[in-house]
Amino acid sequence: MRALAVCLCAVTLFGAAIATPARGAMTDSEALRHLLSRTAFGPRPAELDALAGLGYEAAVRRLLASAGREAVTPLPDWARDWRPSSQRPRDMSDSERRAFRKQRREQALEIKGWWYREMIATPTPITEVMTLFWHGHFTSGLRKVKAPALLLRQNLLLRREALGNFGTMLREITRDPAMLLYLDGARSRDRAPNENFARELFELFTLGEGHYGEQDVKQAARAFTGYSLDRATGAFRFRPRWHDDGVKTLLGRSGRFDGDDVVDLLLAHPRTAELIVEKLWRAFIGASPERRDLERLAAGFRASNYEIKPLLEAILLSPAFRSPEAKGALIKSPVDLVVGTLRLFEIPIRDGRRLAQASRRLGQDLFEPPNVKGWPGGTAWITGDSLIERQALLSFVTGEADAMAVSGRGDGKGGERMARQLAGAVEAWLQGLPAAWQGAQAVAWLLAPLPPVDAPLLDRDASSALVRQLLLDPVYQLK
Amino acid sequence: MSAQPPRSVTLDRRRMLQGGLALAATALAPAAPALSAGRGGRVLLLLELNGGNDALNTVVPHRDPAYRQARPSLALPSDQILPLDERLGLNRALEPLMPAWQAGELAIPLGVGYPRPNRSHFRSIEIWNSASDADALETEGWVSRLMAAGAERRHGIDGIVLGGPGGPLAGPAIDAVVMRQPERFLRRAGAMGSGGSAASNAALRHILRVRSEIHAGAREIEARLAEAPALDGDFPRGPLGRQLETAARLILAEVPLRFLKLSQGGYDTHANQSGRHRALLGELGQGLAAFRMALQKGGAWQRVMVMTYAEFGRRVAQNASGGTDHGTAAAHLLLGGGLRGGLYGRQPSLTDLDGGDLRHTLDFRQLYATAAHGWLGLPRAGSPLSGFAPLDLLA
Repeated sequence: MRALAVCLCAVTLFGAAIATPARGAMTDSEALRHLLSRTAFGPRPAELDALAGLGYEAAVRRLLASAGREAVTPLPDWARDWRPSSQRPRDMSDSERRAFRKQRREQALEIKGWWYREMIATPTPITEVMTLFWHGHFTSGLRKVKAPALLLRQNLLLRREALGNFGTMLREITRDPAMLLYLDGARSRDRAPNENFARELFELFTLGEGHYGEQDVKQAARAFTGYSLDRATGAFRFRPRWHDDGVKTLLGRSGRFDGDDVVDLLLAHPRTAELIVEKLWRAFIGASPERRDLERLAAGFRASNYEIKPLLEAILLSPAFRSPEAKGALIKSPVDLVVGTLRLFEIPIRDGRRLAQASRRLGQDLFEPPNVKGWPGGTAWITGDSLIERQALLSFVTGEADAMAVSGRGDGKGGERMARQLAGAVEAWLQGLPAAWQGAQAVAWLLAPLPPVDAPLLDRDASSALVRQLLLDPVYQLK
Repeated sequence: MSAQPPRSVTLDRRRMLQGGLALAATALAPAAPALSAGRGGRVLLLLELNGGNDALNTVVPHRDPAYRQARPSLALPSDQILPLDERLGLNRALEPLMPAWQAGELAIPLGVGYPRPNRSHFRSIEIWNSASDADALETEGWVSRLMAAGAERRHGIDGIVLGGPGGPLAGPAIDAVVMRQPERFLRRAGAMGSGGSAASNAALRHILRVRSEIHAGAREIEARLAEAPALDGDFPRGPLGRQLETAARLILAEVPLRFLKLSQGGYDTHANQSGRHRALLGELGQGLAAFRMALQKGGAWQRVMVMTYAEFGRRVAQNASGGTDHGTAAAHLLLGGGLRGGLYGRQPSLTDLDGGDLRHTLDFRQLYATAAHGWLGLPRAGSPLSGFAPLDLLA
């Protein structure tokens, strides 16, 4: 019932501007290519062919309707019923402590590898794209949280609501153990409230800088005191004796507010919807929305009680998404680049941990955002350093034996062996392409949103040399 | 163990705060050295203490009873403090810096901050990175803004980021590259294409610009490193030690650059601060001492100035988790063979607070002006720092 209601709402709430494509808009096939490059880690021939008959709007709806709430890749065994160590590291012997830290490092790599394998294996990449979006919004990182199992649990929460309900996600994130550790809520109590979570809740998660005062932060911090963890299970636990149940005054209202009340006040504030709309718009379209679009989408988002799927639908159907200027206007994130390349060529992945290491060198370490603001993205993805790393990785994928790109070391026969395998994968991919996709023009169109800049397309037929040239061309960095 | 302060300089408070007075600026500014920024020119090394260093446990007002009152468990015991003058002492973890202090090469400006301080990491580091006012929305790095204002732009790279984001060096007016390890950088730069320049797509334009900066920088660095002497120094293991070692190699190779940016992370010590902070400062002290020694041996120490900075200091009172929350003003470290060491400015009061935080006594842009106009001799006309008086701390 609820899904039906949401579908009807999407048309009525966001409907005004979606039906009429802008003049000079992309053709349907260009628009589909563009859609998959931004929502599915890049276009693949089979997916393009499957959506081609539908028309753009139906394709968007099918894509969103497919979104899942759970991962298809099984969780690591140890993560299922993980419990915090009963002994604190500082009380351990040296050898125990070393073993404990080593285990944590391995578990950290394992959860990163798990997510990479899921992103590559998933039948619904939009779920992953949105989970990653929320990971960059409701950030938490291993350096601070320490326990990989808690980051994994947070990922399951973000995944469950990735295209679900923002209000639900926000309420649950205030109780999320990884978040409580990341922003110091777990130890915040009445006589000394810690302001870290409250500050980021206002600044980054909902209202944004300039829409609240220092006093609001201090008062909200009081409302969240007592939100803590159970030492034995690592699960959320409310400690009433740590909670300040006095009257707080924030955002112009007074009452004996608790954390849920603060969330309600934030959801009632018009800036919250605007901030999320702006952020999604920048992630999927680039630039910032015009005031008119912002107000239309934010009003619809609030009216739908913060349902994410209809909002995303409205963004993907907006004329700006399909304007000719939008083509290739965004820079691929390291995850886009790594996952997209491996998905495209169907390169088999046995060990996702290698990908995690490669992606970290490109500037995106999953479960380890640079700070609570998440990855800045956009042109910040490309620095002298990261561009060089990207090129090294891509030449490796096409069979150039720069083993360091993957192993991180200059030696390694393993790297060379892998390079040979990869070169074979590109060759096999080319041979398996449907006849209609085998020309040089078609492959170039598939691989990059704009014509290559380093060398013109001279060949008629696609070859692995051509694929290599295209992957190393700057336009392959765009989506 | 007690150290003789080389010279304690207390600047007249009025002059310090009215940074805008051209008179004061002229009076305090050393004669700008005639510099070509090229081979063997002066270098400014910016070292970010990412997360906001607890300056009160770095340069410690240990004689002030309010210090121990505010920090019942975090206050340093007296055997962990190396006296700098009759009131302030250095955290013992920084002991490797004492030879520089005794040689008069360590200058410590006190109470550095800005009006209407922001306590968010991101906003406050944006303010520090851009050298803007608290309410200005400026995101371009201050070095780029400075260069845009008319400093002579040179061919090739002018800045190298060895750690963290570009920060002060981010922006279109400076050719800067981010690099972790020179050899790897050079090998890979050589393998990159170089086609294309004009593009209507801004994202593509950015990629092409970065690529041409890489090519120009690589040519220069390769030529210099080929002739450089081997490096001698005992750098600590870990990211900061590696960055400082690379910085020393580049400087001794006389790669013609003016700005290096490094970063040490981990200073956001909200909980269980004590051991963590000691380890951080230990790494910092050892790293800088090794850096100084390597450059002294190579004869380049006279042309390098190191400046630490951070988004903020931390709150005066410790919190209930054995840590400290985001605060405001902080002491910083300036180090170099061409400096006159000592304490500069005035330590903020621990009792006359602004909502639990220190009131700054020195504007951070005065440090920048000292580095840019005083140390590097970049033109003051049109500079975003022209309204701020440099400190008189150059030898």
